[in-house]
Amino acid sequence: MEFIGYFGAVFEPAAFGLLLVGTIGGLILGATPGLSPTMAVALLIPFTFQLAPAHGLILLGAAYTSTVAGGAVSAILLKIPGAPANIATTLDGHEMAKQGRGAEALQLSFLASAVGGVFGVLLLIFLTPVLARWALAFGPSHLFWLAILGVTVIGSLDSRSVVKGLLSGCIGLWLATIGFDDIMGAQRFIFHPALGGGINIIAALIGLFAIPQVLNMFAKGRQPLGGEVIKVQPHSLGASMRELFRRPRALSIGTMTGSIIGLIPGVGGQIAGLVAYDQARKFSSERDKFGTGHSEGVIAAESANNAMVGPSLVPLLTLSIPGSPTAAVLLGGLLIHGIFPGPDLFNNYPDVAWTFINSMLIGQILMCIFGLYIAGLAARVAQVPQSVMAAVVLGLAVFGSYSVQSSMGDVYVMAALGVMMFFLERFGFSAAPLVLGLILGPIAEANFIQGSMIANATDGLAVYFFSGTLNIVLIATVVLSIVYSAWMEIRTRRFIEKQEAMA
Amino acid sequence: MRKLLAGAAMALMAVTGAASAQGYPDRPIMMMVSYGAGGATDFQARIVTMTAGNEDALGMPIAIINKPGAGGRVGWNWFATQAEADGYTLAAYNVPHFIAQSIKGGVQYSADSFEPIANWGADPAVFVVAADSPFNSMADVVAYAKENPGKLTFSGAGLFVGHHIAALQIEKAAGVKMSYIPTKGGGAAAMKAVIAGDVMAGVNNLSDAFRAREAGSIKILGVADLERSSFLPDVPTMKEQGLDVDNSSVNYRGIMVPKGTPQAVIDKLAEKVPEMFRNKRVQSKMKAGGSPILVMNRDEVKAMWAARQKTLEKLLAGL
Repeated sequence: MEFIGYFGAVFEPAAFGLLLVGTIGGLILGATPGLSPTMAVALLIPFTFQLAPAHGLILLGAAYTSTVAGGAVSAILLKIPGAPANIATTLDGHEMAKQGRGAEALQLSFLASAVGGVFGVLLLIFLTPVLARWALAFGPSHLFWLAILGVTVIGSLDSRSVVKGLLSGCIGLWLATIGFDDIMGAQRFIFHPALGGGINIIAALIGLFAIPQVLNMFAKGRQPLGGEVIKVQPHSLGASMRELFRRPRALSIGTMTGSIIGLIPGVGGQIAGLVAYDQARKFSSERDKFGTGHSEGVIAAESANNAMVGPSLVPLLTLSIPGSPTAAVLLGGLLIHGIFPGPDLFNNYPDVAWTFINSMLIGQILMCIFGLYIAGLAARVAQVPQSVMAAVVLGLAVFGSYSVQSSMGDVYVMAALGVMMFFLERFGFSAAPLVLGLILGPIAEANFIQGSMIANATDGLAVYFFSGTLNIVLIATVVLSIVYSAWMEIRTRRFIEKQEAMA
Repeated sequence: MRKLLAGAAMALMAVTGAASAQGYPDRPIMMMVSYGAGGATDFQARIVTMTAGNEDALGMPIAIINKPGAGGRVGWNWFATQAEADGYTLAAYNVPHFIAQSIKGGVQYSADSFEPIANWGADPAVFVVAADSPFNSMADVVAYAKENPGKLTFSGAGLFVGHHIAALQIEKAAGVKMSYIPTKGGGAAAMKAVIAGDVMAGVNNLSDAFRAREAGSIKILGVADLERSSFLPDVPTMKEQGLDVDNSSVNYRGIMVPKGTPQAVIDKLAEKVPEMFRNKRVQSKMKAGGSPILVMNRDEVKAMWAARQKTLEKLLAGL
């Protein structure tokens, strides 16, 4: 309970001002496609040179928290996830927006983010020593099985046909192999110099989601009655709150999944939202409504990606190992002031460490308040004419993919993938499974190769990948996930056949 | 903001063309780091350039831009082939990384593509084991590896980087076979593998290992350098432990420009940049962050590059 004593420091005028700046700035940066949380934090590092250590960290923590949540804005209104963490939010969130329920979706997403986020930070406060041991438990074999668990989601994600879902997943897996392989030292499919570093995930994300949207907008031209005109009906905050607490299952699945996955170094928040979305669907009684603008989808995805924020800092704060790119940037923010994270952090610098964590807790709530205010403004976004919107989104797409690593190559990759996706969508393929393949491919591959190198030097492949409690639990989950999906598929088919027979 | 500035600076550069050396620099300078934001190179590059705008330094700020990918190859390829050689585009170098990569081929640069300006830091590779490991010295490690050829697993950040070079040198010096496990995700992932017990040992950066030892999670068994480090006065070098490992794997970081940069600009940079590295504020920030400093002038760096080229060619020839 030591942390309560340090709440005062958060509310000092300078600290609270920075918290406000970080939160509002973070929401805006997060809503801009291409500006991922990692980059937002990296952009702010130079400003912290001049600040006191605690103040600098407040700014960084607030920006981290709110960029993750801010990504939901573009995911819902434009179907462009601001960062990989927001991919799952597009699935139901954008459908809701198309039905005129954009304000409701945004309100739900910020409320769910706040619940998940506060829970995640509380975990960080109370369970850090226990969680640190957990974070280390995942070795190469476990991460491999975890990635395979993610692959089982691909077929059923946002696609009417399992085969097409798997096929787009495979395209994603192939795209992931492009580039220089750090482990074997091989160069693969580098048919253009821009591909030397592989396909950048942020650039791919922007291309795959934003470009088809832009092309669709242009394709419809100036017709006022074009297919996708988004109207945003006002929605009362009270109703959203009631809706949120009517869905305790989606909320708790999202929060738990996000917390656990956020903890694992190297996997990070990229897949937390997607796994939570899939789990929430499997456990839901209204399974069929997912993907059609169902509130549970938004709640699960957004509570998961903010729940991941707190636990993702556990390996950094206790073991001095940054578990995610964003944590690596935060480490720089600590080192610049000569603060070494580690088990003694809370004894040596309690004022800095606790003020930082408390500010993240307050930041979650501020993020929610400002987010809800933005939700109220969403209607304005929808009043922008389509032709103008298309130009703005295209501009943001180019800017976003260029800014990731100041490289025109990424812009070409973004454009090429976007045009490809535009045509693929015409044939019923969708972007989400493709991106999931792109994210999971490298995790599965690197860990499999590393695992097999270790296994060959020690006990052999079979022992290494198939023994140990954690391996067996993960394998069982993979098998259950496949069996369950197959069983559901068969049951729906029988049900349809029966109905057809009766009719 | 920095990226925007850098972008604007680049656009400006294209318009104005090559600048004359007189009055150089008259606009902000860009410096490319070929690793991601938050990495050790990026972190140190931002610190050592933070006083560039002072009157006694260059008088113009230096903006960092990151071009990460493929272990640095993406950034250095870009720097060798596309960067303007007008003195307004600098890059950070990592030796032995870029020299080893150019020897192994598949890249568009070699040590001759660049002109060194000055060196700011030297981060030796160290051999680490988890805190609860039975190994307490390099002798223990070598004895185990001799009894169990190929069974001792040890991690490091990728191939043909300082860690890998140190690993090769240790194996060669001890005459043993061990299993080097390269990780994706840099030194942090390699360190995690050691602490979590995924591998039995590892090669890592002295600065990161120093922090992990402070945190109580690892033991440091040896430093792959000619002398002990001031950060770790109690840790013996490899040589002291009977392993013939020199400083070839030490990760030297510094600033370079593309070949073809006007000589007057190079001279000006070579004069001012080492002074900038010696700035008191820079030194104190570097020390606070646990980053070992080693300022070398242009001629010293030139000699170091040439020496590295020779030893690495020999070491990598058999691979």
